Amino acid sequence: MLELQADALAHVYRQGGVRALDGVDLRIGPGERVAIIGQNGSGKSTLVRHLNGLLRPTEGRILIDGADARDRRVAELAGLIGVVFQDPDRQIFSGSVIEEVRFGPRNLGRRGTELSDAVSEALEATGLSGQESRNPYDLGQSRRKLLGLASVLAMRTPVLVLDEPTAGLDRDGIARVRSVVESVSGAGRTVIAISHDMEFVAELFSRVAVMRSGRVILDGSAAEVFDARNREVLRSTNLEAPFAARVAERMALASAVTESAVVAGLLSSARAAQ
Amino acid sequence: MTLALAGVGYRYAGAAEPALLDINLELRAGEVVGLAGASESGKTTLCLVAAGLAPRAIGGMLRGRISIDGEDVDAWPMHRLSERVAMGFQSPTTQLSQVTGTVFEEVAFGPMNLGVPRDEIVERTREALDTLGITELSERDPRRLSGGQQQLLAIAGLLAMRPAHLVLDEPTAQLDPEGTRLVTDALAALATAGASILVAEQKTDVLAAIASRAVVLDAGRIALAGPTQEVLRDPRLAELGVTPPAAVRMRLAALAAGIDERLIGEALAGA
Repeated sequence: MLELQADALAHVYRQGGVRALDGVDLRIGPGERVAIIGQNGSGKSTLVRHLNGLLRPTEGRILIDGADARDRRVAELAGLIGVVFQDPDRQIFSGSVIEEVRFGPRNLGRRGTELSDAVSEALEATGLSGQESRNPYDLGQSRRKLLGLASVLAMRTPVLVLDEPTAGLDRDGIARVRSVVESVSGAGRTVIAISHDMEFVAELFSRVAVMRSGRVILDGSAAEVFDARNREVLRSTNLEAPFAARVAERMALASAVTESAVVAGLLSSARAAQ
Repeated sequence: MTLALAGVGYRYAGAAEPALLDINLELRAGEVVGLAGASESGKTTLCLVAAGLAPRAIGGMLRGRISIDGEDVDAWPMHRLSERVAMGFQSPTTQLSQVTGTVFEEVAFGPMNLGVPRDEIVERTREALDTLGITELSERDPRRLSGGQQQLLAIAGLLAMRPAHLVLDEPTAQLDPEGTRLVTDALAALATAGASILVAEQKTDVLAAIASRAVVLDAGRIALAGPTQEVLRDPRLAELGVTPPAAVRMRLAALAAGIDERLIGEALAGA
């Protein structure tokens, strides 16, 4: 299990000179579930691409268990931190579902039952069992996206990073992503997700970091971050609290940010009124 | 101006089963129609067919009739069709031309290809960039934007073409709430100006905000159709693989918990 830390991390894209990260300090402990939210272009994807060495810091450092990640090769980081991209078409390249899912763990040197178990577990978790021989491009967008998730899941990395995992998914797909987050996290592994889906964030993530203009401007529990006090801060990065939190605020139900918490709150206020 | 699909079915080249069956749908001037359904229910296919790209650009077999203002579009040359109908793809990476160096040029690319006069291209491009709040990205390289910024750019390119009929496949999937609002406002304005718009979306909150009518597909057929508010409240929605809007979900959960209608109404009022 790993501890990750961004230390005064800054990144300037060479082409265009855009300062996408401007001094990010963030420490994520082993086994944490952290959501990163913020407006389009606020630096979320740039930040997570530093975790697995796809991008290297312009300034500052990424520390893994306290040691500078610059000393580790990208191949080594790939075995520690699995990143699922938001657009599966930038990730998928194999001719069949099974090859796509086998690629990652094979590259990490897994063989035999260790390999086949990891692959079948990942296919099962994403609902792709039975689709092994299909061409990824014959699958719809939702299942291609789940395939992108399966291929990283099969690597069984101590840290799983998901970039917009629910975007474009149907009801069933979202339910599968949720159960993957629950089970990976339940096994003690770290899950980091970038998302604009505030319901998903509020219901599955104990910690929420908010980004604006390449910096982390808020970091706390979902209840703290989505509290009415922070409404202006969220608005400054084009976000609003999940629907449930807005209902809770109007009904004066303290710190309820999920649908079930709001329903429970309404139920108890109804009983109190009787 | 009406784009009409009558008794439309479609089968992809080499596929054993049709992807669409018996689709009857009219897109009338000034109207936004929402399209929902589980993954692989046929939403993207219906978008491609309605925009005239299937079978024209990708092969396959079409049945039934597609017409614009009563005229069969089957025999129309592509350039004539593209003056009337524009389509936005699910992935902005697919949508972007990959041949322009700046965001401004990318937005100008569509109207340039339609032969719009130069001054008007500049005016339309500025307006589209402004409408979607990306004027400050004008000089940036389209390939070096975030996913959400690329999505806004792709939609700006479509707005600049000022199509009479616009078909969009998941236009807000990668957008933050502000980006989503800019897109829905822009689509509402385009419809008010007389365009007809078909929007496929998993985010039913977006459909609730802009679509007057909604259609839900199931295995290539229309399973539900009607005014958006009614369709999105239909109890069959979840079975059809569609996530109901947040307010509908909350209402159902509260009713299931035995909370009385009056309190639910109060909690959800104005939401």
